Amino acid sequence: MITINNISKSYNKTEALKDISLNVNRGELFGLIGADGAGKTTLMRIVTTLLLPDSGEAKMDGLDIKKDFKKIRHIIGYMPGRFSLYQDLSVEENLQFFATVFGTTVEANYDLIRDIYYQIEPFKNRRAGKLSGGMKQKLALSCALIHKPKILVLDEPTTGVDAVSRKEFWEMLKKLQQKDITILVSTPYMDEAILCDRVALLQNGQILDVDSPTKIIEKFQRKIFQVRSDNMYQLISDLRKFENAESVFAFGQFVHFTGINDSVKADELDKYLQSLGHKNILVEKITPGIEDVFMELMEGSRSFQSQ
Amino acid sequence: MTDKIISVKNLVKKFGTFTANDNLTFDVYKGEIFGFLGANGAGKTTTIRILCGLSSPTSGELKVAGFDVYRDAEKIKKNIGYMSQKFSLYEDLTVTENIQLFAGIYGISRKVRKEKEAELLKKLNLEEAKNKLIGGLPLGWKQKLAFSVAIFHDPKIVFLDEPTGGVDPVTRRRFWDLIYEAANNGTTIFVTTHYMDEAEYCNRVSIMDAGKIEALDTPANLKKMYNAKDMDEVFVKIAR
Repeated sequence: MITINNISKSYNKTEALKDISLNVNRGELFGLIGADGAGKTTLMRIVTTLLLPDSGEAKMDGLDIKKDFKKIRHIIGYMPGRFSLYQDLSVEENLQFFATVFGTTVEANYDLIRDIYYQIEPFKNRRAGKLSGGMKQKLALSCALIHKPKILVLDEPTTGVDAVSRKEFWEMLKKLQQKDITILVSTPYMDEAILCDRVALLQNGQILDVDSPTKIIEKFQRKIFQVRSDNMYQLISDLRKFENAESVFAFGQFVHFTGINDSVKADELDKYLQSLGHKNILVEKITPGIEDVFMELMEGSRSFQSQ
Repeated sequence: MTDKIISVKNLVKKFGTFTANDNLTFDVYKGEIFGFLGANGAGKTTTIRILCGLSSPTSGELKVAGFDVYRDAEKIKKNIGYMSQKFSLYEDLTVTENIQLFAGIYGISRKVRKEKEAELLKKLNLEEAKNKLIGGLPLGWKQKLAFSVAIFHDPKIVFLDEPTGGVDPVTRRRFWDLIYEAANNGTTIFVTTHYMDEAEYCNRVSIMDAGKIEALDTPANLKKMYNAKDMDEVFVKIAR
């Protein structure tokens, strides 16, 4: 449904995208996962025909992003990272405006947006600029959907959104997927990566890996321990001083520890921490999560670059 | 940790007929990392603005760093630091110019500033980048510098409003290393975040919903109380 071949894009000297290729299948919920500056927005702006690549080709449902840009704009819905609806128009006026621009009516496609729009319908006469963050997000999604697009492109729809609203938003995306809409979504949240069918991990304009989240985790062979003791700050700094420590990072209530060449054993760490006076020590080997994998891939490519 | 650095009793803040803060009572102790969580629109920003002396409460008794928020708002401002994701540093000033500006605002002498500036640039590995414009630096560097600038005048408390939004998981953790270090040196940290794993790093966490504090305790106790495996589950149970 989306094919991207060897796309590169630079802004002056900064290479935002370096020879990116990837495919998104029809009906897929595909995630672009990466931090600020990874190149997610640039890639989205290119496939939505808002920006031309320096080189490479891309097609949306068989249409070329350069030759067929007008046609592409009719079959995609795009929700940019920054709120870009008309602040001075009311909720209802914004929705009507977008429907009219695409030559349709709110009534014709109301079915598609009903589940989302009914939550903000009580405020339909309020100006968009006066809505709360969560409501703005729902209105923006409704406007992006009102012409019944085949492909929905969402740029960090959940950044700055609280944990509960994020969960609700992803439930909405899953429902839209059922209605035969292909979704390309970007996020800096690793827990959202798990909810995608497939993801591309992006860093510094390059793809570190593309696969289903489960396969990405399966491929990862490192031995990771979760460690806990009563003093978190002391624990992190002591573990970093351990001679065979490779990476030591806080993960919620635990610290995740990877040893050089995976040579470190659990009882070794336990003894080491005991000798330093830590109390209530727990060291156990765990199955890594997507965040562990991403961090390892990132660190790997970082040290590669600095060499 | 028994010295109160922030004490809030029956804080109410109304905007017209809307009650943004509905009778909040809580204390924050010296040297603590205090997580201030809540859904969008729960009223967190309103409270933070009041605690920073930027807005007056409708009613309630509040002391921040020993000063009364009604009478001594200016003294409070001198004793706190503030950093948010939206505003932190001036993009078109260089690294050193930003440090000088903030040091100047807080009335730090040239001699002290120079010493601390050199120390800071070394610690953050920014010596080579010191004459570069902030706008051109990676976000992770900016955030670390923004935090360091926010605590440059050795405030008793630093308020961090969603400091880690949008950064990668490694940078986010390196940022928390700095927070831990500052707390270990006695600075009280008052932090909001939407990352629930970060809630686990706090000594105590309060969770707001619709203008009220619904829960306040250590992460371990909250998990026990709500029979949840992590803070994410606690948050969802309270805020949904």
